[in-house]
Order: sequence, then C-alpha cells, then structure tokens
Amino acid sequence: MSMVKILFYVMATVAVFSGLYVAASKNLVRSIFMFFVTLLALAGLYVIALADFVAITQIVIYVGGILVLILFAFMLSGKETLEAVQQQKDRFISLSKLPSVLLALLFFAVMAYVFYNSGADNLTWTKQAVQTGQVIKANESLIENIGVNLMTRYLLPFEAISILLLLALVGAAHLSRKEQQA
Amino acid sequence: MIGLTDFLLVSAALFCTGLYMVVSKNNAVQILIGIELMLNAAILNLVAFGRFDKINNGGQVFALFAIVLAAATTAVALAIILNVYRRYKTIDPGKINTLGD
Repeated sequence: MSMVKILFYVMATVAVFSGLYVAASKNLVRSIFMFFVTLLALAGLYVIALADFVAITQIVIYVGGILVLILFAFMLSGKETLEAVQQQKDRFISLSKLPSVLLALLFFAVMAYVFYNSGADNLTWTKQAVQTGQVIKANESLIENIGVNLMTRYLLPFEAISILLLLALVGAAHLSRKEQQA
Repeated sequence: MIGLTDFLLVSAALFCTGLYMVVSKNNAVQILIGIELMLNAAILNLVAFGRFDKINNGGQVFALFAIVLAAATTAVALAIILNVYRRYKTIDPGKINTLGD
C-alpha cells in the first residue's frame, strides 16, 4: 500500500467522521469548530487529487473567510441560537429524526449503487486522457496553466462571477445595515 | 493513483451528511453548514475529475468558481439570517411563518 493511498484513506476518514460529528453534535460552537477539521481534511483530499491551487483557495476562502463569517453571525445573533440547539432531545436518534436519517441513508445507498455500477474507473474519456498524456502528474505544477486558462478560455465565466460577487457584496451590505427610522 | 470511485464515495458520504443536516436541523446556521458540506462534496467531484484535464483545467477552474460562489452565497445568507433574527428573535425556520409586516 503506497503512501498516497494511506494518506487518502486517513483524510477521507477524517473528513467523513468529522462531517458526521458536525451533523450529530448538540453544541453549535463545537460543530462549527469541527467543521474547520472537515474543511481542512477536504483541502488535503484536493491535494491528493493533484489540485494544489484549489486546496490553497479552499483554506484561504473557506477556513479563513466563511467560517469566521459564520462565527460572527453566531455571536451577533446571541443566546437564542444556542437555546434552539439545546432544546433538542438528548437521545442519539430520536424518533423525529428518523425520517431524515432514513432519507440520507437511502440517498447514499442509491448514489453508492450508481457509482459502483457506472464504472467510473474505466470511463472511455479518462482512458483516452491517460493514453494521450493529458493526466496531471504529481511532479508538475499547473498553477501558471490555470492562470492562463482563467484569462483566456474561461474569461466569460470569470467576468460573470466577478459581477455576481459584486452584487452579493452590495446585497449583503444592504441587508445587514441598521434599520432607518423612516 | 487513487481511483475515481473512492473520491465519488467520499463525496457521496459528505453530500448525504449535508442533506441530513438541511432536512433535520431547526437552526438556520446549522442548515447553512449543511449546504456548505453539500457544496464541498460537489467541489471534491469537480477536482477528482479535473485530474484528467491537463490542458484546459476545466474541473479545477470551475471548482474555484464554485468556491467563490459559495463565499458569496454564505455572505448573503448570513445577512438574511441576521435580519430574520432581528425581526423575529428566532432563527428556527419552522417558526418563521409570517410575512414581514
């Protein structure tokens, strides 16, 4: 078993189980901090999938940005959020949670069934990519290529997403301002 | 090399965890975290398939776009949650059942 495989399984286990802990925890702050761990493990998985730039972006934007934002919102909204969480029953799986657990498990069963039967490991286009040498190898850096592609081939989505980001910025600032006395 | 099926299974597990959170939690912040988990599962799939696209980098570039979109969505959603809390003094989506005024 190679080092990469061991690292992959470690990262995958950490990601899945910390995700489950986030879902099962009764304490909101604890689950937010556990979500850090999930995101960092996912960044590790991106590195193993040979997408280092995406992994760095994940750490910078998700861990540095979004989680701090969630913590801020949590602190601004006060005690009510905590009480809403702790009113839930203490049993591990209460009866009211049963339908959603069932839904998630059945959905996972369907997805796993489809993935095993679709044979994702020997698709024709991935085989073609392997034959023509289009696969990213572990010893080459593609960050320059991503930059060039972002400015040439994907220029239109790039511009669209920048306009959307501006809209979201203005919208969030507008929504969260103090109410005017009118 | 790790097979694609392994990545797909990990992302399916994360997606179902997020789905469970979205359906069962009665706190808007936790629902938002569930949505983030589902988005991350999708990004993991994009990245895993993007390994076979060395020239165009389709998967990785669109994974970047998805991360940026998630950031924008979260900012707006948190602003909405703060507004809702200010008006109703609760962020349980099940209890918010009246219009603004």
